[in-house]
Amino acid sequence: MEIGFEIVEVGSVVNEPYEGGGKLSMHMHAVPLAETAAERGSVRPMVRFRNIRKSFGELEVLKGVDLDILPGEKVAVIGPSGSGKTTLGRLLMTLEEPTSGTIEVDGEYLWHMEKRGKLVRADEKHLHRMRSKIGMVFQHFNLFPHMTILRNVTEAPIRVLRMRRNEAERLALEMLDKVGLADKRDNYPSQLSGGEKQRVAIARALVMKPQVMIFDEVTSALDPELVGEVLAVIKEIAADGKMTMLLITHEMEFARDVADRVIFIADGRIVEQGPPSRIFTQPESERLQSFLGRFRAYRAGR
Amino acid sequence: MIEVYFEKIVPLMLRGVPMTVLLMLYGTLLAAVLSFVFGLARLSRFAAVRGTASVLVELIRGTSLIVQLFWIYYALPHLGVELPKLPAAVIAIGVNYGAYGSEIVRSAILAVPREQREAAIALNFNSYQRMRHIIVPQALPRMLPPFGNLQVELLKGTALAYFIGLGEVFYRTMTQLNYYLYLLVPIFTGLLVIYFALSQLVLLLYRWAERRLAAGRM
Repeated sequence: MEIGFEIVEVGSVVNEPYEGGGKLSMHMHAVPLAETAAERGSVRPMVRFRNIRKSFGELEVLKGVDLDILPGEKVAVIGPSGSGKTTLGRLLMTLEEPTSGTIEVDGEYLWHMEKRGKLVRADEKHLHRMRSKIGMVFQHFNLFPHMTILRNVTEAPIRVLRMRRNEAERLALEMLDKVGLADKRDNYPSQLSGGEKQRVAIARALVMKPQVMIFDEVTSALDPELVGEVLAVIKEIAADGKMTMLLITHEMEFARDVADRVIFIADGRIVEQGPPSRIFTQPESERLQSFLGRFRAYRAGR
Repeated sequence: MIEVYFEKIVPLMLRGVPMTVLLMLYGTLLAAVLSFVFGLARLSRFAAVRGTASVLVELIRGTSLIVQLFWIYYALPHLGVELPKLPAAVIAIGVNYGAYGSEIVRSAILAVPREQREAAIALNFNSYQRMRHIIVPQALPRMLPPFGNLQVELLKGTALAYFIGLGEVFYRTMTQLNYYLYLLVPIFTGLLVIYFALSQLVLLLYRWAERRLAAGRM
């Protein structure tokens, strides 16, 4: 896993976009199919944020976000801490309720439902139905400490999907195998490293087969040497294709490698967005330029 | 004199032990159920449920156990509900200690990290499943030590049933005292020993349960 990441100098890219960074050119093909479909207007977005605002008390964290994510699209959200990017994921997972605006998932309102022609706040039943389409992997893993690794993965299929135990275990072991941890099935979370915990958390979310998966800074709590194994697993899942992904991340090279589109959020607004090939090499806004510049300086200093 | 004590009085005192244990077990059972009912109700999403539970708990905690016992055994019959001694004592003790236990349940549940609930929501557990399979199992080990303390309190509280004439250890002892006043010191000392032995037994059980629950995890 390469950690070093060179962002091509903004100036040089204008003239010779493909030569500045040898590694980058590999990813230039990644003009997303989804985006071209969107341009044709033929695909219904899997996720649609409409003028989403979120305040915590006096503090307005999101100040009107509009964002469409297409089926199968991998969208990376980058931005300084406190920019509201994690809140975006938490709203989509129904962990926080938007102050105003609407979210649609797969063509249905997430936080609202229609009742006698009026849009009202969703009840638990509606939220429960909508949540079956969405999954999330957290920064701090949030494994269930009182359950073995296998139970962590089988619990939701058995309780929520009413799957038979042996069927759930078969599926869970398949997923654990995918993340390389089938041999830890009888261990408890406390016996695993951070990277292993996060891979279990990914298997646990995958086993529910969500249509949209949110990865919320999944490597931020990991020791640097464990970041690679987790990102590799996510890349593999992304390569499978069909799952829609919202990747909230600080890992620029990861965003560049996996995402079809990169969203840059600052101060609660989407400041700039586009394919990673452009976002990282030809940032237009001053905010993004300085954000990437600071990021590069930090990397260089490490 | 010593022979009388060990051959006559101690056996008579010990004949009260089964009733004390029975009262403790039934009382504990009721207290445990009420601890969870009140504890969970005080964490309810619905303000009316929370409010009702809080008021009830405060009412129970704010009145003395012996007065509650007398009220249930002596006042309730005048309102048309006549209870035998054991059920009356079980209800008084169970309700009283249940009110205290609810605070243990409530705080242990609040001590489970918020993230655990969020992870369960992300996996689409419903609110009952979140409580039953994710939150409570993690709160339980936290509840055990304070529950152990409360259970010992409850055991000692069973002596109050003497005042309604239930034949437990204290009652059996006091009825003998009239005949053997010259043995007053050994008799009361024996009582101390019996309650102490029972408490130790209870605490031993809790230590064992704590170890069992902790095994393998965390």
